[in-house]
Amino acid sequence: MFSSFMIDTWIAASIVAVVAGIVGFFVVVRGNAFAAHALPLGSFPGAAMAHVLGINDFVGVGLFAALGIAGISQLGRRSRHDVATALSLVTLLGLGALFLSLTTAYSQGVYALLFGQVLGVPAAALPPIAALGAIAVAATLALFHPLLLSAASPELAEASGVSTRLMELLFLVIIGFAAAVAMAVVGALLVFSLMVGPASAARAMTSRPVAAMLLSALLALLTAWASIVLSYLSDWPIGFFVGVFAALWYAWGRLPIWHRTAARSR
Amino acid sequence: MDWLLQAVFAPGFFSSQPVRIAMIVGGAAAIVSGVVGVFAVMRGQSFAGHSLADISSAGGSAAFLVGANPLLGFVAMALLGGAGMEAFRVRQLRERDLVTGVVTGAGLGLSALLLYLSVTTTSTRGAAITVMFGSMFSISQAIMPLAVAIGAAALLLVALLYRPLLLSSLDAELAAVQGVPVRLIETLFLMMLALAVSLSAITVGAILSTALLVGPAATALRLASRPGRALLLAPVVGLVATFGGILIAYDSYGWTGGRGWPVSFCIVALTFLFYLATSLPRGFGVAVLAIDVEV
Repeated sequence: MFSSFMIDTWIAASIVAVVAGIVGFFVVVRGNAFAAHALPLGSFPGAAMAHVLGINDFVGVGLFAALGIAGISQLGRRSRHDVATALSLVTLLGLGALFLSLTTAYSQGVYALLFGQVLGVPAAALPPIAALGAIAVAATLALFHPLLLSAASPELAEASGVSTRLMELLFLVIIGFAAAVAMAVVGALLVFSLMVGPASAARAMTSRPVAAMLLSALLALLTAWASIVLSYLSDWPIGFFVGVFAALWYAWGRLPIWHRTAARSR
Repeated sequence: MDWLLQAVFAPGFFSSQPVRIAMIVGGAAAIVSGVVGVFAVMRGQSFAGHSLADISSAGGSAAFLVGANPLLGFVAMALLGGAGMEAFRVRQLRERDLVTGVVTGAGLGLSALLLYLSVTTTSTRGAAITVMFGSMFSISQAIMPLAVAIGAAALLLVALLYRPLLLSSLDAELAAVQGVPVRLIETLFLMMLALAVSLSAITVGAILSTALLVGPAATALRLASRPGRALLLAPVVGLVATFGGILIAYDSYGWTGGRGWPVSFCIVALTFLFYLATSLPRGFGVAVLAIDVEV
């Protein structure tokens, strides 16, 4: 489990977890759940395209993330936000279906892109993961206050010169970076779980934003590590464990609230 | 004239059995998703629809694993997912999206496991692609009766609940004042949503079925001034996209040297193009579609 070829996996997964935990805190606070689900999933076809064209995976994923962001924000001007997100997502995924049919590669690769792979993180992927992750975290920290303010009170934010629309767009870009980082390890479908599960538990444990954000990163780290261990021991896919742990974290965070409402209705 | 027909419909299109099954099952999916989709868009439940479809993939994967009817798997899991969302239901929109997402994640995790098991224990290749992206020309004939039955059940539910459903979709508070059991309607609508997306999941695949749900409905709501008209128009848009997609995919075998484009891609691309066409200024791309509405 700690042999040399697993070291890269541990490093990659730790970076992914910290990025997901920090960005995920804002996903939860700002209520960007659908976008945070759609962007990673919509960028996965980029990796398939990269296979077809023989270019770097990260370039393809980045391109599709950009398309997704453009789609969500442009279509969102004229129609409901959730409709814009859904349409952008399925269109990108439709392209994914096309690219997948063009590659001679195999269902195994598709499976890894969708559900993640622990053992397959190559050493060459580490520098881009680290760089993209650092950008995502740095951007989040730099925008900490405006991101929080525009979520808590859009009017107050506008009054103090923070554009809510701009914040929305910037945050989509941050999610895009986080998606590109996380996809290689946890897979496109479950990036969202790693973002949102630990963050919702952290939010329930403390009301101080900075503490909650750090706690969220810590819980995400624990989740990623535990998932690697269990995945390694059972040989089951890492995505399964990430998905289940996220649901448990969320339930744990909601327990006090359910308890309260149950007590009130009695 | 003949050469034109030949050019549009590649030889064998009308006599091919897979095409026939794809048209019937795909047509049923398009009609049901179109109708249910209009309500989903009005109620702001696109994400819920997408999530139920994602979750249903676990059922599809389980069916792959045990060799059962995949449609049955999709439907069972989608209904279960709907029940899960009901169990954790919350009022606040922001929180509701979170719950939806988390339940989706758990469902997808389960799919990951089941697909992994079906790859390792059976010799089934490409299960992940079939479940997620569909493979329309290889739908087995045995699915047809169930598909038609599920489609009919969903449409019957819509017809029975039409008034209260429409009212609560337009304005939930007003509906509650008028004595509509909003909560019950919401639960039943989640069921309709589950039936619609699982039917689409068998055709264009679990993660693409949102295209048939949201695309035609959003297009129709753009074009039609009243919800009633949108309800008639959305299935038509969905049918045109589905049949057009099947035709393009079939013909593409000839253009691409026997590899062909996936049907799912063609259908999704068409629904997106239709939606884009409605964004153009009136008088451009809309003209053709708009005629339907004025009539």
